[in-house]
Amino acid sequence: MSMTFAQKMLAKKAGLEHVDVGQIVEVEPDVCMSHDNTAAISKTFTKIGVDRVKNPERFVVVLDHTVPAATEKYALGHKEIREFVAKQGITHFYDAGVGICHQVLPEKGFALPGTLILGSDSHTTTYGAFGAFSAGIGRSEMAVLYATSKIWLKTPASFKVVVDGTLREPVTSKDLTLGIIGSLGADGALYRSVEFSGEAIRKMSLASRMVLTNMAIEMGAKNGYIAPDDKVFSFLDSRAVAPYAPVFPDPDAEYETTFTFDAATLVPQVAKPHTVDNVAPVEEVAGTRIHQALLGTCTNGRLEDLRLAARILEGRKVAKGVRLLVLPASQEVLEAALKEGLVTTFVRAGALLLNPGCGPCLGAHQGVLAPGEVCVSTANRNFKGRMGSPDAETYLASPATVAASAVAGVITDPREVTEGGRR
Amino acid sequence: MIEGRVWRYGDDVNTDVIFPGKYTYQPMEPSQMAEHAMEDLDPTFAKEVRKGDVIVAGSNFGCGSSREQAATCLKAAGLAAVVAKSFSRIFFRNAINSGLPVIELSRGIDRIKKGDTVMIDFAAGTVTHERDVHRFPALPPEVLAILEDGGLIPHVRKVLGKA
Repeated sequence: MSMTFAQKMLAKKAGLEHVDVGQIVEVEPDVCMSHDNTAAISKTFTKIGVDRVKNPERFVVVLDHTVPAATEKYALGHKEIREFVAKQGITHFYDAGVGICHQVLPEKGFALPGTLILGSDSHTTTYGAFGAFSAGIGRSEMAVLYATSKIWLKTPASFKVVVDGTLREPVTSKDLTLGIIGSLGADGALYRSVEFSGEAIRKMSLASRMVLTNMAIEMGAKNGYIAPDDKVFSFLDSRAVAPYAPVFPDPDAEYETTFTFDAATLVPQVAKPHTVDNVAPVEEVAGTRIHQALLGTCTNGRLEDLRLAARILEGRKVAKGVRLLVLPASQEVLEAALKEGLVTTFVRAGALLLNPGCGPCLGAHQGVLAPGEVCVSTANRNFKGRMGSPDAETYLASPATVAASAVAGVITDPREVTEGGRR
Repeated sequence: MIEGRVWRYGDDVNTDVIFPGKYTYQPMEPSQMAEHAMEDLDPTFAKEVRKGDVIVAGSNFGCGSSREQAATCLKAAGLAAVVAKSFSRIFFRNAINSGLPVIELSRGIDRIKKGDTVMIDFAAGTVTHERDVHRFPALPPEVLAILEDGGLIPHVRKVLGKA
């Protein structure tokens, strides 16, 4: 019987010929990722009564959420994590500054086609862009994985999202992702495995594809998947930590629903406060005064995002009264941005360059918002209070929209400031 | 069987408003987490919640971040269960793993108001509100076992013979 990607992956990991939708299987993930929450996880692990982490080589720990430590409490957490990984022989440890976990795992060759990756972070769905089955789990579950390497998973039903046509610059995969989430809703793909395909996806860079799988969770998906192709395989040539066997859905697999979108007619989109599915064309909110603009995060802090923003910022200045924060997603991205002169462009424009990491996305540090302030951000969530005050507002947008808005001081359609623009 | 007073919320209640991100990386005991429960959605909740109360909400309850404290803080606040039209999958897992019963109810939610009383019969799989009796699907046995053991950690300790 034919199977979707999710069915095939879970059957493979459970050692079964076939699994049905809804079937619960016990599996051992290939890679398990945790970040700053490893401090709490390690304490839960000790409560289980097992001394040693089983299969420590399967665990990757990345410090990214509160780096460098802004408070003594954060610093203590980091110290405990360093001691824990050293004691347990977890050698895949990336300390403060290497980058955001969802960028570091692909860069270091852990995000491999046909593998099962679980992380104690909801945006673990990102690795689906490399053909992995990847999903978020909770802290206690990660502690149990330390002890047993095992977890139960239910086989989800699958949606197919087909995107025809080609995106027209400066429209990006972020605009497409917001458009899809706006159309399906915050629970539109609840508990589903979402397989993205079509001409627009095939033509996309890996960085652009990662935006779709990163934000699949924002419409409730368990995981997102894009069939790996030569772009993935050549990216992994010099990086893959292990041999891998890609998994593809059967051509006649059964999907609960198929959604079709047209990339060619898409215009720049924003998610208005305070939900990710509160989506509108940028034009609708153009002119909204902003106080902060954020370029970075696990959604849009990659080299192509910085390039796109730099093209708009070149020779321009950030508007008076606006803070433009730039956070490259990793050291590798930062180094490339330095080589290309992008950092000079940002600094000359008056931007604030921050270290690779999650920054203010989750409201812990590095640029949180005061009551009444408005931020336009390339991040993936705009929930009330997420970036600081519950009386602040966050609009989610593409790197092009964020850069154009930072220059204008108000939310701005990037088509107005890019080549081929209307003005 | 529980009889609980209702706190009523809408759709897409996310984990940031249940337990704000600024506290997520601060070490806290569950009782401290309870002081911040629902902080950015309903500041009266943490002050007025009583042991045995029940949250009744719309669809996609617990969407957003994977932070387990969103479930832990509600359990520590004394909540007996969350009843919703649907749950985000990570919150659903976190709630079971924290020993907090979560009930997916497709019908009858819209008629339940704040301050009402609902009766939940886990064995029979029913939620009773006034004269309405609504059935909910039983949890799979693997999942029910975790809940019955009081959460994932006690469950795994039992399975591993550490309890």
